[in-house]
Amino acid sequence: MNTMTILLSSFILSVTGLAIFIWSLRNRLFEASPAAARTIFSHGEIGRSDDPAATPGQAAAQVARDAAPPLSADEARQLNEELQARVEADRSSALVTFLFLSCAVVWLLVATAAGLLSSIKLHEPDLLVNQAWLTFGRMRTIHLNAVAYGWAPMAALGLAMWLLPRLLKTPLVGARYAIAGAMVWNAGLIAGLGCIAVGISDGMEWLEIPWQVDILFVLGGALVGLPLVYTLQARKVHHLYVSVWYMGAALFWFPTLFLVGNLPAMHFGVQQAAMNWWFGHNVLGLFYTPMALACVYYFLPKIIGRPIQSYNLSLVGFWSLAFFYGQVGGHHLIGGPVPGWLITLSIVQSVMMIVPVLAFSINQHLTMKGHFDRLWHSPTLRFIVLGGMMYTLSSIQGSIEALRSVNTIAHFTHFTVAHAHLGLYGFFTLVMFGAVYFVMPRVMDWEWPYPNLISLHFWLVVVGFGIYFVGLSIGGWLQGLAMLDAARPFMDSVNVTIPWLKSRSVGGGIMALGHLVFAIHFVLMATRRGVAREGAALLNEPVDKFVNSAATPTAA
Amino acid sequence: MQDELKLLGGAMVTLALATSALVVVPHMQLKDGEPPPGLKPYSSAELRGRQVYIANGCIYCHSQQPRDPIQAPDDKRGWGRASVAADYFHDKPHLLGTMRTGPDLFNIGARQPSVDWHLGHMYQPRAYVAGSIMPAYPYLFEVKDKADQGDRVVTLPRGYTPAGKVVVARQEALDLVAYLISLDRTYPAVETLGTQRERK
Repeated sequence: MNTMTILLSSFILSVTGLAIFIWSLRNRLFEASPAAARTIFSHGEIGRSDDPAATPGQAAAQVARDAAPPLSADEARQLNEELQARVEADRSSALVTFLFLSCAVVWLLVATAAGLLSSIKLHEPDLLVNQAWLTFGRMRTIHLNAVAYGWAPMAALGLAMWLLPRLLKTPLVGARYAIAGAMVWNAGLIAGLGCIAVGISDGMEWLEIPWQVDILFVLGGALVGLPLVYTLQARKVHHLYVSVWYMGAALFWFPTLFLVGNLPAMHFGVQQAAMNWWFGHNVLGLFYTPMALACVYYFLPKIIGRPIQSYNLSLVGFWSLAFFYGQVGGHHLIGGPVPGWLITLSIVQSVMMIVPVLAFSINQHLTMKGHFDRLWHSPTLRFIVLGGMMYTLSSIQGSIEALRSVNTIAHFTHFTVAHAHLGLYGFFTLVMFGAVYFVMPRVMDWEWPYPNLISLHFWLVVVGFGIYFVGLSIGGWLQGLAMLDAARPFMDSVNVTIPWLKSRSVGGGIMALGHLVFAIHFVLMATRRGVAREGAALLNEPVDKFVNSAATPTAA
Repeated sequence: MQDELKLLGGAMVTLALATSALVVVPHMQLKDGEPPPGLKPYSSAELRGRQVYIANGCIYCHSQQPRDPIQAPDDKRGWGRASVAADYFHDKPHLLGTMRTGPDLFNIGARQPSVDWHLGHMYQPRAYVAGSIMPAYPYLFEVKDKADQGDRVVTLPRGYTPAGKVVVARQEALDLVAYLISLDRTYPAVETLGTQRERK
């Protein structure tokens, strides 16, 4: 691209930006609009914390922090009515959410086993080499695909099924389509992972599953999408809360990406490589990221009983994510044989990603301000808030990594692998864990049997991931430096990574333990083991506890 | 926002922009490319070997895109000149890769043309490169008491052949090596019109 074109396009871009800015000011988009942010709360609910995974002790500590005055009998009746509608919304989605989350847990275990084995194989290359399906190249790919098409979408879609009826204040319509869809999807995934294991692959990262099998995903995905669209049409709310934006858009973005990416006989050579990274990156940015952000924007305010600080900032975050993230994929090909303008465009957009990230992180911080001590008392909040912080970290790291000077070192190394895990694990997966802990008591009408296991899970995955991320980042960086020094033999770049690869296996092992704890706890809950402490989850019935006991002497 | 159509409309427009930039325009820009005169199409054995390369996930450790000397000293490592779009004319799917746990293989055929070396290295990488973390691929070979007619016996460094046996390459191993040796893009670079225009 010549200088004149660059100057001209940046001029046009600035003028457009200015016009949008003036328009948004005139439409008062930057004023605080608490009304919209409050839509997720029923009357009288603001100022009351809500964490279905909390123990009675933790819940009491939260309530002590709450600022809301007791309700009058009238207000309590009104809240009761609204909560009744919410209980109905929850019931309509309980079965389908349970199904999706159960599948997610199974795929999480499969992915963890494959990931851990791949990690160990990198420093024990003669381990389990006699079976083709156990070789590194296949195990690693099974790991990625089980996360990308198993754990991540099953968790995200299950939560979307549960959130949308609540956000739209209507029962879920057509859950049976989603159940059928989940079965077709899982059949596709089993077939796909089987293909990879026996060596049948389309040969592109993130797009390994043969396109013939992909047809199952398309069918399954379409069936899963139906109830979400039907429910959206049946909505009883006037305003669509920001979580609906993120989920709604993501549910349309993903099928488009998947279809274009898997069209057979369409892509070729270097163009295929550009498409490959358009797909690989957009799955992260335009599917997992918005799904997890939708969860943060719902659960975080819900748990602390306070609307998000700046509703419009969340919308700035949405549109800037939509605009910038879609074009960042090319930074995977810096220095590669693709047109220069494509690389430059992707680097610029990668840096621009700072806009949505700051919009989100400032918002999360201001919303949490004054409530950080709740992290001690709320098991779900810990996962969600830490996950949100990891979004900020991973995205800013991504922006820096896309710069040519940094990319020269980090590209082609384990540093990138660590970065990918910061996004998909540190951010996405932690948020999903928190959301599952919040949702399941409502889905099952039953409490988590052993709350200590939630804490154990949290600390295992946080410590394990800390070791994983720090070790692998250092190893990757040293690897990159060694490779850039032509005076050092290539094997230097391998040798420097070994201790760090081992530390990654240690961290991964601890994470795997955490996942086992999570899965066992999930099964115990699903089978209703453990001591029933309070019966049905907190807010489902006893509004009475909020009521001024003087006004309603009969309240227990 | 109250209108889901506007929301989804906006969302799809932004995705369409991204798709145009990263998929459609590169498609139009590169589709009329021609293979460089020095680039041969793959033979059927090489194509089968390419499938073995894909099936075993070699791409996850080996890139096939030497970088420009401005960016990295790939040429000084003997990995060859920076690759250009036309070099991949026959590559379906592309195997550019994003990782260098092992070295770049774009020109491995030029710097290591020995079939014996490749076969033995595949059977036990550590017999050739101390400290290598490449997996061994024993399942691409057969260990027999004695070779039959037509068997390709693998000559291994002393001490690596199981005692009293011979190691014989399976067809997959032979195909894979044929593919690796075909990776030789040492002919002069020919850029497509599009990339020439765009490169500074």
